[in-house]
Amino acid sequence: MTTLTLAKALGLGLRRALEDDPRVVIMGEDVGTLGGVFRVTDGLQADFGADRVMDMPLAESGIIGTAVGLAFRGYRPVCEIQFDGFIYPGFDQIVAQVAKLHYRTAGNVRMPITIRVPFGGGIGAVEHHSESPEAYFTHTSGLRVVACSNPQDGYSMLRQAIASDDPVLFFEPKRRYWVKGEVDETLDLPLHAARVVLPGTDVTLVTYGPLVSTALDAAAAALADGISIEVIDLRSLSPVDFATVEASVRRTGRLVITHEAAQFGGVGAELAAVITERCFEHLEAAPARVTGFDTPYPAAKLEEHFLPDLDRILDAVDRVLGRQNSLTGWVASA
Amino acid sequence: MRETVSADNELAELLGPDWVPVQLLTPDGDRVAHPDYDPWIADLTDDDLVALYEDLVVVRRIDTEATALQRQGELGLWPPLLGQEAAQIGSARALRDDDFVFTSYRENAVAYCRGVEIAELMPVWRGTALSGWNPFDVGMATPAVIIGAQALHATGYALGCQKDGVDSVAIAYFGDGATSQGDVNEAMIFAASFHAPVIFFCQNNQWAISEPVGLQAARPIAGRAPAFGIPSMRVDGNDVLAVMAATRIALDRARNGGGPMFIEAVTYRMGPHTTSDDPGRYENPAEKAEWAAKDPVDRLERLLAAAGLLTDGVRERVASRAAAVAAELRAGCLGLADPEPLTVFDYVYATGDPELERQRSQYSAYLRLFDAGQFGDAS
Ligand SMILES: Cc1ncc(C[n+]2csc(CCOP(=O)(O)OP(=O)(O)O)c2C)c(N)n1
Repeated sequence: MTTLTLAKALGLGLRRALEDDPRVVIMGEDVGTLGGVFRVTDGLQADFGADRVMDMPLAESGIIGTAVGLAFRGYRPVCEIQFDGFIYPGFDQIVAQVAKLHYRTAGNVRMPITIRVPFGGGIGAVEHHSESPEAYFTHTSGLRVVACSNPQDGYSMLRQAIASDDPVLFFEPKRRYWVKGEVDETLDLPLHAARVVLPGTDVTLVTYGPLVSTALDAAAAALADGISIEVIDLRSLSPVDFATVEASVRRTGRLVITHEAAQFGGVGAELAAVITERCFEHLEAAPARVTGFDTPYPAAKLEEHFLPDLDRILDAVDRVLGRQNSLTGWVASA
Repeated sequence: MRETVSADNELAELLGPDWVPVQLLTPDGDRVAHPDYDPWIADLTDDDLVALYEDLVVVRRIDTEATALQRQGELGLWPPLLGQEAAQIGSARALRDDDFVFTSYRENAVAYCRGVEIAELMPVWRGTALSGWNPFDVGMATPAVIIGAQALHATGYALGCQKDGVDSVAIAYFGDGATSQGDVNEAMIFAASFHAPVIFFCQNNQWAISEPVGLQAARPIAGRAPAFGIPSMRVDGNDVLAVMAATRIALDRARNGGGPMFIEAVTYRMGPHTTSDDPGRYENPAEKAEWAAKDPVDRLERLLAAAGLLTDGVRERVASRAAAVAAELRAGCLGLADPEPLTVFDYVYATGDPELERQRSQYSAYLRLFDAGQFGDAS
């Protein structure tokens, strides 16, 4: 067991994958000498050579498209997209090729490609550097879309993603890169499984990636108020481990979902719909969502408003508990 | 690691003498004759040369000041253009007001030449807004951060000029790394197919963050355009005169129906990619020192000094102009207030949207209750 930052844990995951399987290759912009702009691939090129850790020309479509060809040849490419907002030039290759080749060829061709994407806001960056594009990919069947939230998951989920014979969009919460945690290389939870991070009885709070720690903070604050929140880290955004969420909502009767991505058509919309369909008779209140607004990601000085925070999450918790909240208005207490 | 294309001579042997970047002004400040390029700058007066020198000094100062502001925590990020002043000034000063410019994020000197207010350079980097100026006021689009996207925009704008029967030209600025993107290659295909009056201006500063130009292009970048049917020029990007002459050649050709042209300005990024970058991890100090000796500002300064044009009066005027611009930049930056929270909902749609209005009013109610201190004490 070692204590590592998320960035270092991911780097260790890549290192082990390179050691274990000669068919693993890392591809991306600035992943070599520089070690990636977040230093996740730091030192890998020096140790494994430029054949295994490849700085690629500046073209995302080129990176993903050549990964497809490498996969045809039996390789297991791990592509790094430098920032969330730069995945779009590679979008066509991901949704039209990577996602569909297995289906199209009746299982004859595998696409064991992992696409790592630093995502989310909260670092005061310029435009295109703080987006949450996960919903575009969850809408495409054939892709596994996952988001890690801590060093342990960063390490284990990345190992599983690379080992997976399915293509995996691997989202890394960039504002958590420098947060430390314990990493046990032997620990494993299946890639598709959600995790109950904190058990609770009054409200189920579902989230993933950067907001898991915010959700835990909210739960701690609520507990001081006598409210017990169960926090679930979804981990896999597609396919979703609905069973874990269902079991929780059956017990608590209340669901709050929070993510940074915009609300409309987001992962939260799908969760709310499915849980409502499957747990209608167990719900005490309509599910509530706390998300980014349906606006483009704003300038850095506005991001604290765009991003869900502890108070907005607690406001939604009040909503599902039927307590006074910003939507009902505040009636002066007697 | 791959070589950067500094081995010009070797490549020249392969590709012929045209691939040695055209130079009109040596690093020592000597003016060299060139039969094809000279006529295009023959009209430059002594005053024009001094004005170009002032531009170079002022934009270098803008860069220094902005870098300092970033280090002081007043800007979130800054992409320095140190070393690339001549490439930007020489080309931008060749343009007409009714031409239209599409750039990426590093072309702050181009923005200066287009008449962008100094303070309007700041909001994007301070994080108070997503754009600084109105593109139509200055004939320059808001910078594109997505690498290469603007090459297509310029081509489309040029098509519009062509349809309108005007002789305005569009120019796209991008880096050597951008030439790997589909967008830039597609732009060249479209421009060639439609004979669009667009100039592709590549500042080959040798790097795309840590990646040397040799990773993007195995041959000089200017060699790529002809295969698309677009003639190209390769010029010394640290030579403001050569860059200006080349841009004028391309502009004239485009205005007169000659179609697109590609210019590769061979220069060097002397600073980090951005203030977040750590070039110590990848740069080659010997190579950088070589380029320092080819500095674009020193070069023109030497020419002016030799010609007796660098009088004390000129020096003083240029210095005080640079100081004034720096002061304006600093004041403009520090004067930028944080945006009001609810402006996060502004301008999503030109025509508004009721559902978004609902989000706005809900958030407004939330903020009001929050401000009134009603969270936390309610039970
Ligand atoms: C589509 C896209 N991919 C990646 C990036 C991240 N990125 C920003 S600048 C840069 C290097 C650009 O190099 P170049 O085109 O040579 O221009 P320069 O910065 O040298 O002026 C990269 C990879 C981006 N902005 N857009």
